[in-house]
Amino acid sequence: MSQSLRTPLLFTFVACLIIGTGFVQGWNSALLILNMGLISAIMALGVNLQWGFAGLFNVGVMGFVALGGLANVLIAMPPTTEAWAAGGLKVFLGLAIGIGAIIAAVKSHARLSGHTRIWAIVAILIVGFFAFRAMFDAGVAAIEEVNPAVTGYLGGLGLPVLVAWPVGGLLAAGAAWVIGKTALGLRSDYLAIATLGIAEIIVAILKNEVWLARGVQNVYGLPRPVPDAIELQNNAGFVERAAEFGLDPITASTLYIKMGYSVLFTIVLVILLVMAQKSLNSPWGRMMRAIRDNEDAARAMGKNVTKRHLQIFILGSAVCGIAGAMMTTLDGQLLPGAYQPLRFTFLVWVMVIVGGSGNNFGSVLGGFLIWWLWVQVEPIGAGLMQVITAGMAEDSGLRLHLLDSVAHMRLLTMGIILLLVLRFSPRGLIPEK
Amino acid sequence: MDFLNALVALTQFVIIPATTYGSQLALGALGVTLIYGILRFSNFAHGDTMAFGTMSTILFTWWLQSMGVSFGPLPTALLALPFGIAATSLFVIGTDRVVYRFFRAQKAAPVVFVIAAMGVMFVYNGVVRFIIGVGDQNFLDGERFILRARDFKEWSGLREGLTIKTSQGLTVITAVIVVALLFWFLNKTRTGKSMRAFSDNEDLALLSGINPERVVMVTWIIVAALATIAGTLYGLDKSFKPFTYFQLLLPIFAAAIVGGLGNPLGAIAGGFLIAFAEVTITYPLKKVLGYLMPESLEPDGLVQLLSTDYKFAVSFVILIAVLLVKPTGLFKGQSV
Repeated sequence: MSQSLRTPLLFTFVACLIIGTGFVQGWNSALLILNMGLISAIMALGVNLQWGFAGLFNVGVMGFVALGGLANVLIAMPPTTEAWAAGGLKVFLGLAIGIGAIIAAVKSHARLSGHTRIWAIVAILIVGFFAFRAMFDAGVAAIEEVNPAVTGYLGGLGLPVLVAWPVGGLLAAGAAWVIGKTALGLRSDYLAIATLGIAEIIVAILKNEVWLARGVQNVYGLPRPVPDAIELQNNAGFVERAAEFGLDPITASTLYIKMGYSVLFTIVLVILLVMAQKSLNSPWGRMMRAIRDNEDAARAMGKNVTKRHLQIFILGSAVCGIAGAMMTTLDGQLLPGAYQPLRFTFLVWVMVIVGGSGNNFGSVLGGFLIWWLWVQVEPIGAGLMQVITAGMAEDSGLRLHLLDSVAHMRLLTMGIILLLVLRFSPRGLIPEK
Repeated sequence: MDFLNALVALTQFVIIPATTYGSQLALGALGVTLIYGILRFSNFAHGDTMAFGTMSTILFTWWLQSMGVSFGPLPTALLALPFGIAATSLFVIGTDRVVYRFFRAQKAAPVVFVIAAMGVMFVYNGVVRFIIGVGDQNFLDGERFILRARDFKEWSGLREGLTIKTSQGLTVITAVIVVALLFWFLNKTRTGKSMRAFSDNEDLALLSGINPERVVMVTWIIVAALATIAGTLYGLDKSFKPFTYFQLLLPIFAAAIVGGLGNPLGAIAGGFLIAFAEVTITYPLKKVLGYLMPESLEPDGLVQLLSTDYKFAVSFVILIAVLLVKPTGLFKGQSV
């Protein structure tokens, strides 16, 4: 089958899966899958930028997604003025001291030499660390004391939540710049471990730094970019229109809100997809693929490989950050404890590989398809287990164990799908042209 | 006297835990490094291989216990260990047959192997959760302590007590034996030598008539044994929970990389370096310093350099620092 036919057919197939979900499990579930599918597609697009275009092996997707989520709190929550007054200045002074010490150490590394260099750097770092801790800890303690049950953190800027999406991208891009500067010189496997580590650190910071985003106490009730459900239900015009469709006000309002998200997410996905397609087919995209396919030759042609790698690493991470911000907006809350590498890093990789790395449409398809499977494996598995265990005694230990274990079939299925695709269709469902 | 007290406190809270943890990490990193050296890819599924091995050992332990078998003062898990290793060996060799052998025949790029290892990681993770669930399993039985704090205080007359848990003593002794056996095997036996030859120069090894599939199989068996032992020791020392084993991936890789991927000696050094750094930096040193400093200078806070939750950060920072200075690790490592 030619690829020009294959792509629309596969997309139609996934659309049928989601629409079918609507008929079988209700439109609420279908819209939920669609919305997370849109976000997953954007994440896959970001990873594909790095891996498919440039061959960069980034296993730290989770960290960038989490930074995007943080942007929601920093942008959209109202500021805790009391906490700002109590310790805001100290915290930022502390951070400034810390960063200053690092810069001073780097500078002295460049300027000095020999034994003086080592001792100067050690001295700067030790003094800097304790000065930073003294200032920073005092500020943190003051902030966390302010109404700890409700706030205990600095809060945000109180801006519209949609601003958080590009800002999430910027935060992720900033982190990617720092990582790229230090780790992109490393070889592929080493870069992978470095990104894995930085993602763990970012999530550890989110979990622990209460002054920043309440840590594991979570931030609830983030502002939403769509109308409020209660308001809709009390709006006479809306209730009337819902009745015309034969819907009760509560169902109608949830569907309406979810569709609002779908529209917003689709706009973002389409913009990013168009940009990714344009860049893939531009001279820049061709250069990227040339670097990916033969780094030495590209370098010999005078291309600055390191710079290009840094550039695309930042771009791809920013896309993941935007997706992360969107996801937290959809959830309406920031739960740092929920970021798990299996779900937010490795699952995105399954999407990219299954969809077809190097092909933007492939990644988007993979995002939708794998997300649909991720949600549906459990009901399908439960049904399957009912069939398997049908012949067993009602109180058989094995039967109960099997029924309980259905929840763990997800990981198993994802692994098997990845391995099957890697073996029988190594270039994915929609291969690179 | 205060100096002795401080020394005992330091031993109790830093040296013993770090040595134990370091032994566990070193055994884990040895597995990673062997796969990298001989099969030439980063095995992301190693944490879950450890989980599988530990789970097998736990299941055999329960089976032995149900038959009334015990190992006196030592944990029954030690008796179950050979069975666990056998089961894990079969499991990983089966994986190699089904997954990796195909890519080997294709001469696929190393990164394809890494992605396949990601798939294997998912499958292993699923299998372990499927069989034993996600909860905590404590399978330590027998005598809990080698040395109790009260006995030590009576014997030494110090204010500070010293305890050594059986699991800690076992870990270190087992690790020493396993490492000695491994090095003997790699350096003295014919198979071990052919493995090293294969690792150093694949083409030359093939020319001299080494059977690559045999080398690969022996490697997997050794890796399965190392992973099962490391996982079981870790599980005895702390507790078994599938997710924790997945998280061990980062410190284990950090250890292997810091030492130099593909270099067994480096893996051991890296394991201890990471473990000591993690424990020292995240442990509150207030008690130790309290003994050493005059009363007026005693620290107010806990004197904890970093909160415990940042232990991953420690391994990562060491990793980056070492790589920036020595791109192939402390001991010269390989690169694919």
